Amino acid sequence: MLRLEALRISRPGFDLTADLSIPKGTRTAIIGPSGAGKSTLLAAISGFQPLAQGRITWDGQDLAQIPPGHRPLSILFQDNNLFPHLTAEENIGLALRPSLRLTTGERQKVRAALARVGLEGLEQRRPAQLSGGQQSRIALARALLRARPLLLLDEPFAALGPGLRLEMLDLVREITMETGATLLMVSHEPTDARRIADLTILVSEGTAEPPKSTLELFADPPPALRAYLGN
Amino acid sequence: MLIAALTLGTLTAVALHARGSATLGAADLGALRFTLLQAGASALLSVALAIPVARALARRSFIGRRLLIALMGAPFILPVVVAILGLVAVFGRSGWINVALITFGLPRVSIYGFQGVLLGNVFFNLPLAARLILQGWQTIPAEHFRLAASLEFAPADTFRIIEWPMLRAIVPGALLAIFLICLTSFAIALTLGGGPAATTVELAIYQAFRFDFDLTRAALLAAIQFALCAAATLASLKLSLPIATSGGLDRPVERRDAGAIALRIQDATALTLGALFLFLPLASVGLSGIGALPGLPMAVWLAALRSLGVAVVATGLTGLIALALGLSRSRGGSRLIELAGMTPLAASPLVLGTGLFLIINPLADPAALALPLTALTNAAMAMPFALRALLPALDQIEATQGRLADSLGLPLWARLRLVVLPRLRRPLGFALGLSAALSMGDLGVIAIFAGPHSATLPLQIYRLMGAYRMEDASGAALLLLIISLALFWFFDRGVGGDAKA
Repeated sequence: MLRLEALRISRPGFDLTADLSIPKGTRTAIIGPSGAGKSTLLAAISGFQPLAQGRITWDGQDLAQIPPGHRPLSILFQDNNLFPHLTAEENIGLALRPSLRLTTGERQKVRAALARVGLEGLEQRRPAQLSGGQQSRIALARALLRARPLLLLDEPFAALGPGLRLEMLDLVREITMETGATLLMVSHEPTDARRIADLTILVSEGTAEPPKSTLELFADPPPALRAYLGN
Repeated sequence: MLIAALTLGTLTAVALHARGSATLGAADLGALRFTLLQAGASALLSVALAIPVARALARRSFIGRRLLIALMGAPFILPVVVAILGLVAVFGRSGWINVALITFGLPRVSIYGFQGVLLGNVFFNLPLAARLILQGWQTIPAEHFRLAASLEFAPADTFRIIEWPMLRAIVPGALLAIFLICLTSFAIALTLGGGPAATTVELAIYQAFRFDFDLTRAALLAAIQFALCAAATLASLKLSLPIATSGGLDRPVERRDAGAIALRIQDATALTLGALFLFLPLASVGLSGIGALPGLPMAVWLAALRSLGVAVVATGLTGLIALALGLSRSRGGSRLIELAGMTPLAASPLVLGTGLFLIINPLADPAALALPLTALTNAAMAMPFALRALLPALDQIEATQGRLADSLGLPLWARLRLVVLPRLRRPLGFALGLSAALSMGDLGVIAIFAGPHSATLPLQIYRLMGAYRMEDASGAALLLLIISLALFWFFDRGVGGDAKA
């Protein structure tokens, strides 16, 4: 279980509090108006945003002293998830060994991961030679290979068209179901949340609300969500 | 066109004279070899030392970081003689380093000859290299370091996967840029080098003039120097040389991979040594010069006035010509215009000086025209830098406002006054300041032309040094430093300050 205990994040002109838990193996969407702090919340969990107060635990272990790369999670950022000068294969291989000196067995795993996201044969392409959707798949393949119990998505598919975005979300759902990973994803599209998330966290007016069932939440939106949805 | 005519005309004069019967002596070949050797060694050493400094600057934030980076831009406008006086005070025969060495019973090191020239070149080019490489570091998106952190990179992985590819792209250009600068090393070779073993081609041209008055040989050497610079410049076109800009260096990237104690110590050492190396010589000039400042001889003050006049004229010329060239280029003129403005890059000051001398000599006494000729040459030498500052801004103005100005049918003068100049103030002020400071501190062609009563301030300082009047030399150097910085500041802030939009 991921717990955010009496969490407070402060920056000049910005304040966000959260006190909530997310059960293992669930898929949770984080929605709310832009600037509310959705990405900041993910940055705090992944270790890129220092906390003003409170703590974050995974299975009871405090994450405070653990540097980002060692936390039990993989994160896909909004952009720049791939190194432009490395090939698809190398970008994925970083999951296994940042030195990229891969054994034959590891190389095979990389190929398998590439195949799993439907990109077999594109090992030697560089990001610039791949479409936006393909780049997202490479990043997902790397997360798949890292096999961390938590997967954080900070709107990595925001730049894709609606059809492609839903396709990627379906792939994410399949992968999290296969690996049992706990998913936490930021979205500003309510449809995304409804498509794959069991739970939804609403972030608005300086607070991240505890997660609620997505179905129930949208069936009877509280005032803050109603304001966000615009009706 | 004037600039191209000046460059090409002087070169033609040089070529015509060089055809004479003169042959190259062993000394001339030695000069050629030494030029290449010192330029190569200076470039390698500057870049090698600059990498740890740039790396430390890129990943640390500390109080004074911005100041240090700003200081690293200063050597460009620092008069060479001032730096040399400072270097002599620190590394010279009775300088701080040697005093320390002797105290510990160690042998003295000499600041003259090959190592002296190297020291001078590294002093000027290490900061340049550090800034260029720091720029490289800062072209790496912060997101790459974030991604590296999220993927558990060790420092070695970060270096190999993120930093090494950047260095491989930046370093060759930085090496070549510094090599080019050192090819025309004159003032440093004049003061710290000299002798058969440490003479650059540029210095050999001067000696052919001053000591032998052998115009044919001077012309021949000038032709060699031009061929050398032109070849290196052509090579640099392929590499697209990095350009040191003033902006964008004030943001240390947040790094999570550099927390280890060993890395902290390494960075702190690089920064401390780098800062001391730059700061100590200048501090020593300031310290020993301040006492001598009030009692400076009249000749120094007159020389300062002459230099000021030359600098102002050269700056005006640079500004007018660069604006004219830039405007015609950005409004759809051919790239040839830009190329014309860049030609002085391939010609060294002494090559231009030689050419001018050869052209004027039959018509008038070059010594009588020493100051105008110096101003003209200074303007030509500053032109490439001015164009580099102005062209990107002009292109941008044309791209963003050109169509609007066209659609309103603004006549040229209104367009210049209302559209271009208000948005060009910053780069223009910078270009003028640069040109003024460069001209003020220039010790090049003036050395060929000047008679006893037409010395500029840098030349006067050189003469004082030659006469071992180090007190006065330091005082005059401090004066020169103050005027140069004040000129730069005046133009950069006065013209470029509080730019609108």
